Amino acid sequence: MATDNFQAPDYYLLDELLTDEQKLVRDTVRAWVKKEVSPIIEDYAQRAEFPKQLIKGLGEVGAFGPYIPQEYGGPGLDQVSYGLIMQELERGDSGIRSTASVQSSLVMYPIYAFGTEEQKRKYLPKLATGELMGCFGLTEPDHGSNPNGMLSNFKDKGDHVVLNGAKMWISNSPFADIAVVWAKDEQGVIRGMIVERGMAGFTTPETHGKWSLRASATGELVFDNVKVPKENLFPDIKGLKGPLSCLNSARYGISWGAIGAAMDCYDSALRYSKERIQFGRPIGGFQLTQKKLAEMITEITKAQMLTWRLGILKNENRATPAQISMAKRNNVHMALTIAREARQIHGGMGITGEYPIMRHMMNLESVITYEGTHDIHLLITGYDVTGISAFE
Amino acid sequence: MKILVCISNVPDTTTKIAFTSDNKEFNKQGVQFIINPYDEWYALVRALELREAQGGSVTVIHAGAADSEATIRKALAIGADDAVRIDAEPGDAYFVAEQVAAYAKDKAYDLVLVGKETISYNGSLVGGMLAEMLGWPFVSLATKLDVANNTATVEQDIDGGTQVVECPLPLVISAQKGMAEARIPNMRGIMAARTKPLAVVPVSNASKLTSAESYQPAEGRKACKMIDAANMQQLVELLHSEAKVI
Ligand SMILES: Cc1cc2nc3c(=O)[nH]c(=O)nc-3n(C[C@H](O)[C@H](O)[C@H](O)COP(=O)(O)OP(=O)(O)OC[C@H]3O[C@@H](n4cnc5c(N)ncnc54)[C@H](O)[C@@H]3O)c2cc1C
Repeated sequence: MATDNFQAPDYYLLDELLTDEQKLVRDTVRAWVKKEVSPIIEDYAQRAEFPKQLIKGLGEVGAFGPYIPQEYGGPGLDQVSYGLIMQELERGDSGIRSTASVQSSLVMYPIYAFGTEEQKRKYLPKLATGELMGCFGLTEPDHGSNPNGMLSNFKDKGDHVVLNGAKMWISNSPFADIAVVWAKDEQGVIRGMIVERGMAGFTTPETHGKWSLRASATGELVFDNVKVPKENLFPDIKGLKGPLSCLNSARYGISWGAIGAAMDCYDSALRYSKERIQFGRPIGGFQLTQKKLAEMITEITKAQMLTWRLGILKNENRATPAQISMAKRNNVHMALTIAREARQIHGGMGITGEYPIMRHMMNLESVITYEGTHDIHLLITGYDVTGISAFE
Repeated sequence: MKILVCISNVPDTTTKIAFTSDNKEFNKQGVQFIINPYDEWYALVRALELREAQGGSVTVIHAGAADSEATIRKALAIGADDAVRIDAEPGDAYFVAEQVAAYAKDKAYDLVLVGKETISYNGSLVGGMLAEMLGWPFVSLATKLDVANNTATVEQDIDGGTQVVECPLPLVISAQKGMAEARIPNMRGIMAARTKPLAVVPVSNASKLTSAESYQPAEGRKACKMIDAANMQQLVELLHSEAKVI
């Protein structure tokens, strides 16, 4: 890929709403992405390989569990900083952001929120540095939008449980050292547990042939009579509330991440439109191109405002799941629309790996589906404002 | 080894430079400031490398108002042990050198590092003046620095080559590209920077020798004039009458 000349748009001077520390965190991750991610990501995406060598650096820049307190090895940052880290990572690539989201919100968060003190001390510090990598198993082949219907289950055998079932579409599964797995007990109640690689009967086949998130490893989790020690179960959390609160945290991060992808597409399109000459003038001089660019920066600015406010609410513990759904849905759709428009502005060049556009566009097709599909989030808002569930 | 690194802050490289309406001052409105890259990438990082290899401490010093503390915190996040802010709008190079000298003179530093110039005013003056005020040697434009047995070995650029200089400590060195590689702070550093000491020191003796009268932006790059390859005569004419180069 050509050199990364990214300049972040800040049309409404929203930087003034950020603290010095939040800006330092963001600029640090931005510099790291320019140095470590941009030069290699196109190649890894083309070859459909996860760049494992980035794990250590991701840990160092605080991408793993940004808001996990320092006593458990996390950086102990606030929610806006967490969001900004996700924004910058996804500016590089949604796959890299996915790895960080999963590790932070779907693995470290549940261990921190629902784990025993021993579990926290055993896993969190190593997850924060990337020495241990985790994945999150909720989705099953026949239960995606409706996880409540899951079939994975476990039976109580005294000092351990025996776990059976299969999970699908699991980010990081092919290389994860541990998996946070959600399964039903004998009464049909959803419980969470930590399954470790190496436990007999536990395998993680990789899913091949993706056209999206190619630089992120996705796979299955297969449990064939896996003996899991009882101390690996989360003691108290029961029902869908457990996994949903993890998703809440991840979706929040995604709502920021999507802005990163959108900003990268806009920035590239804006620069290209000033350089590309057709009919004797830069294509940025044509009204139709300007319409695209003007709408892009308008939508990005609105999304920035939305997430900033959401971050403040989250810092105050007041952000509702429905508010997070709105931001995730709006921002990912906004980013996907911008990626498509930006691709048009780049003409034929837009389909090549010379520019990040097509990669972002294809990545966002996953982002708009995982962590609750675009339509499911709409139904959540619908339910929230009417009080009537349209799911079933 | 006790090292002092002078850091100044400069507008981010992507800033559109503008002046106040009377052209007497740089318009800071909406401008993001960063640590002067020569100070950060080369002077500070080399100081940290020396501390990591040989022990000791690295202090950063900056003359500026309170709003410059964000850039100072970044230097702490990259790894400096503590920081000093001289509470003053930096007047001119002499003013800054005098402030730093007043602070440094009785603190037994082994080494003071500065960047070769700021990327904003490009003065290249503070290092030399500071050395003179401290009564120490000064080596400018250093691309490599090693210290052993109380002696600094410095490589510096000279016209068409490199010169290797040896000099006993203490001394002042101005650093440039080649001396070290830029470091990105890590999150641990950012967190640690929250609590590292940042002392605010009052101005000791405010003497400014120069003052800027007015500023003018450089003329932007002019549009390129294309001349038909067949029309050599016109090209020669324009080079003579318009560009005035022949
Ligand atoms: C690259 C990638 C990585 C992923 N990573 C993980 C992971 O790490 N962990 C994990 O657990 N899961 C992961 N997922 C799974 C993801 O969360 C699911 O794909 C998602 O929840 C949708 O489920 P589904 O694919 O089964 O689609 P379905 O639920 O079958 O949905 C198909 C379509 O039907 C619509 N639909 C479903 N129900 C309704 C309804 N009631 N009303 C209206 N429309 C409806 C949906 O909106 C969608 O358009 C990942 C997915 C991808 C693609």
